Amino acid sequence: MITFAGVTKRYPDGTVAVDHLDLEIPAGEITVLVGPSGCGKTTTLRMINRMVEATEGTVTVDGRNVRDVDPPTLRRGIGYVIQQAGLFPHRTILDNIATVPLLLGRDKKRARADARALMERVGLDAAFARRYPAQLSGGQQQRVGVARALAADPPILLMDEPFSAVDPIVRGGLQDEFLRLQSELEKTIVFVTHDIDEAVKLGHRIAVFQVGGKLAQYTSPDELLDAPASDFVRDFLGGERGIRRLRFAQELEAEAAAENAPGAVPAKADER
Amino acid sequence: MIPAAIGTGGEPLLRWSYVRDNYDGPIWEALREHLVLSFTPVLLGLLIALPLGLACARWTRLYPPVLAVTSVLYAIPAIGLFVVFVAFTGLTYTTVVVPLALYTLSVLVPSVVDGLRSVPEHVRQSAVAMGFGPLRRLVQVELPIALPVVMGGLRVATVANISLVSVGALIGIGGLGQLMVTGMKWPGGAYPTPIVVAIVLIVVLALVADLVLMLVQRFLTPWERSGRVSRRAARAARTERAAEVAR
Ligand SMILES: Nc1ncnc2c1ncn2[C@@H]1O[C@H](COP(=O)(O)OP(=O)(O)OP(=O)(O)O)[C@@H](O)[C@H]1O
Ligand SMILES: [Mg+2]
Repeated sequence: MITFAGVTKRYPDGTVAVDHLDLEIPAGEITVLVGPSGCGKTTTLRMINRMVEATEGTVTVDGRNVRDVDPPTLRRGIGYVIQQAGLFPHRTILDNIATVPLLLGRDKKRARADARALMERVGLDAAFARRYPAQLSGGQQQRVGVARALAADPPILLMDEPFSAVDPIVRGGLQDEFLRLQSELEKTIVFVTHDIDEAVKLGHRIAVFQVGGKLAQYTSPDELLDAPASDFVRDFLGGERGIRRLRFAQELEAEAAAENAPGAVPAKADER
Repeated sequence: MIPAAIGTGGEPLLRWSYVRDNYDGPIWEALREHLVLSFTPVLLGLLIALPLGLACARWTRLYPPVLAVTSVLYAIPAIGLFVVFVAFTGLTYTTVVVPLALYTLSVLVPSVVDGLRSVPEHVRQSAVAMGFGPLRRLVQVELPIALPVVMGGLRVATVANISLVSVGALIGIGGLGQLMVTGMKWPGGAYPTPIVVAIVLIVVLALVADLVLMLVQRFLTPWERSGRVSRRAARAARTERAAEVAR
């Protein structure tokens, strides 16, 4: 579990990016942080692995104040995926995936073997192992990013708009696979997006932020659609029409999930 | 002056007899000296440019003044610097090596800074997020990614040095430049052969050095060659996807 208790982030220029945030992020589930641009989602995410230090309040991971752990150690235990994948252009796909296990000093051979297994798990062709990131499509790079974040088997995964740079069809496929993967792995995932459709599709819980870094509502997708807490949230959901559309999308997803349910065939080659 | 001399004397551009009689004497000596005088400054310049470039990339406020100084240095004619240094270091190799090292520096510092700046911010960020400390990030991520740009600067500096060394002949320390002086001051009128030999050797030396550095660069940065394959992969991806849509 990750908790924010009275957390404020004020950048040196005076911008208050996160304002007195209290948030409990449950273990083993996907919690989505959603909101308009500049509302403090990335800042919130980065306070978990100390890429940003909170100005006030405390962030704890499994009861432990993150300030008590030195940053590199903390970060090696938390997977991180970003929009542009952030892959190392000078390393092969296999070595990219094995990055953190190697940082942790694990055996090179074993790290590579594990990386190969992960490639299959995230739906990457084994033939990509020796390629460089520039030789992969955006969607494939994103899969590598996910595999890399998972390589050291961290209990927590932070994902900052991981699927928003790929086209909508590929994105849909990546989201489906991500859900399938998560149902096997049950990681604690904090997922940032500005796309409410994605939030509703992926989140067990959704935290809606508004500009100024204030938490507007924190609840399950169903309750969010049933009872938006404020006019801001209602508008963010797209008003009554938006809410109807989101519900409809939710039902479609549920049907599709029921159809494919047991042993669904992984949609593998959609963006190759 | 030289073409005129050639014209009036009816002297051929190249007399093989001169090459035959001198290749393991003055010619070899001049070549050896040329190699030492051009590569020592490259090494020295690189050794200083690396930490200086790193510092400029790290503390960005340092860069404009450093860049200003190196640009001014670069604008001073080589002969001027040589003459100034004679006052300090006399007629020694140092007098040629130090100014050339300064030229190398003024080419390489911007290369190192530009190279480090070519590291995409998201790559740097993801290295931080995965738990790389500053030193490890520099050595394992930033420097390798900066390498192609740094190597580009190194090639320019090396070729420039190989050509500039000859100017040292004007103070009597010029490697192959010395052969040119020999040709020009030949008793009884200019003698083109040593001049031609020097020019040919300098050009060949520059081309070979550039080629070797290019091969080293290719060997060190295999990912840079992936661009072409990447387009092929993209084409394959398109056809594959089209096939899938058709199915
Ligand atoms: N390093 C920084 N220095 C100063 N202000 C910053 C810094 N980083 C972010 N901010 C500001 O803090 C606020 C929140 O930024 P943040 O990146 O957390 O937003 P976000 O919700 O992730 O936005 P987006 O959806 O555009 O990514 C913004 O107003 C931003 O301009
Ligand atoms: Mg953001």
